[in-house]
Amino acid sequence: MKKIEAIIRHFKLEEVKDALTEAGVSGMTVSEVKGFGRQKGHKEQYRGAEYTVDFVPKVKIEIITADDEVQKAIDAILTTARTGQIGDGKIFVSSLTEAIRIRTGETGGESL
Amino acid sequence: MKKIFLRGAIAFATVLLMTGIPVLADDAETIEEVTEVVTIDSGNVAWMLTSSALVLMMTAPGLALFYGGLVRKKNILGVMMQCVFLMGMMSVIWAICGYSLAFGGTNPYFGNFDHLFLKGIIPSAELSMEASVDGMIFTVFQGMFFIITPALICGAFAERMKFSTMCVYSALWGVLIYCPIAHWVWADSGWLCEWNEAALFPALDFAGGTVVHISSGCSALVCAILVGKRLGFGQEPMPPHNLTYTTIGAALLWVGWFGFNAGSALAANAFAVNAFVATHMAAAAGVVAWAGAEWVKRGKPSILGACSGAVAGLVCITPAAGAVNPIHGLILGFIAGIGCFFACTTLKNHFGYDDSLDAFGVHGVGGTIGALLVGVFATVHITGGRVGLLEGNPGQMVNQVVSIAASAALGIIGSFILLKILDATMGLRVSQDEERQGLDLSQHDEEGYIFL
Repeated sequence: MKKIEAIIRHFKLEEVKDALTEAGVSGMTVSEVKGFGRQKGHKEQYRGAEYTVDFVPKVKIEIITADDEVQKAIDAILTTARTGQIGDGKIFVSSLTEAIRIRTGETGGESL
Repeated sequence: MKKIFLRGAIAFATVLLMTGIPVLADDAETIEEVTEVVTIDSGNVAWMLTSSALVLMMTAPGLALFYGGLVRKKNILGVMMQCVFLMGMMSVIWAICGYSLAFGGTNPYFGNFDHLFLKGIIPSAELSMEASVDGMIFTVFQGMFFIITPALICGAFAERMKFSTMCVYSALWGVLIYCPIAHWVWADSGWLCEWNEAALFPALDFAGGTVVHISSGCSALVCAILVGKRLGFGQEPMPPHNLTYTTIGAALLWVGWFGFNAGSALAANAFAVNAFVATHMAAAAGVVAWAGAEWVKRGKPSILGACSGAVAGLVCITPAAGAVNPIHGLILGFIAGIGCFFACTTLKNHFGYDDSLDAFGVHGVGGTIGALLVGVFATVHITGGRVGLLEGNPGQMVNQVVSIAASAALGIIGSFILLKILDATMGLRVSQDEERQGLDLSQHDEEGYIFL
């Protein structure tokens, strides 16, 4: 099993979700996150006080897939989340030791 | 603030409609005496009760949201509590002694204790309900001003003042600084009172340019300096945490200000209509001016700028709403929008004080601009008597300057002494740890935002 964490732009979430569902992914966890990469932050001004905000808001999607389905999921994200501009985000893939469905106690691929 | 108008309007209505109930009049009284009879005019009563409620609404939710959105989220309850608690505490003080100290007696400088515990204001065995109505309306309307004025100062020491010290400071400030200034300007015997023929410098202050805004704004500056900067001021970002609240608050202030200014006619009459429209125009021009100044200076207008501009325009028209027409209102609002914009950005940055929510920059500066400009634009078509510089009465400028200087001086000196005493006895600030934790938790054991 693999865990895919994808940091993407807010407005791409629906498209990415639909593509992943299409690709057979049966569940996901989504959260609002902040961070920075190559994309610069922005400036804010309040009554003349200027602040540089380094952390850019993004959406993080976490999905778990079977080893042989990882590439399909990654492709789905790549094709839908890409705009070509700096700030499209990143995908991280890692190995997962175990997954367990709480209701039944099923483990591994059965639990997804 | 013109008690005289309420009496006049009521008498007029009585004579005109012949439906009055002359509760205190003897049949043998002359016509002159009858004009002093208190008769209830339902239109005036309705408008004044509405206005009183509108002015209360300015403190909370108006100011509470306006200021609450501007602080960091760990301090929102701290600011809102200051507003709400002042609604309670200042009202209690007003009933016990505030009204009497502001409006009692015939001394030009101080009130007296004639109306302690609203003696003579609330009906007694000798005084019927109807006879006390105009006095009671005036008392409650004025009481709402007594609440919001110290609440305005809270913007200067937001996010770091100890709550207990804030309470003591506000109570003493109300009694020792607000009441005398209100007496000078609005009591029939006051030395700055417009309609007091014996006044030394009869100044135009319709709804509180000196009494409310200059007094609070100048005190706010002293507070900002003596309480000191917030921890990390200038080093770490301190952006407003919720400008949607601030926008709602500003809109409520705008609406409430109709009660503040048009209500200061103390009757539902032509003065009220003119004050209402002039007030609206000043706020409108303030929005355009401040946001426009930002647009020109940094390329984009901001919602905070638009809201601040509205408040600046409203502050500026406050002393003038009973003496200028709505087009003058536009001019005042526009000048205040630009003037306060520079006060809150350039001036504040230059001197480096931490007037956190710009209580001085908006109320002190806007109030001063308004109190000066009413001396320029006051017109006989509105006042029916006293005029300003443009209509050939340069002496009015002197009166305005004296009233500004006197109220600023009492605000600054009085606040300085009060804060020095409180600093030595109670301490002005929360501890550094408490400040980092935020006032919500450290002062009230509560959190503004609990979403789980």
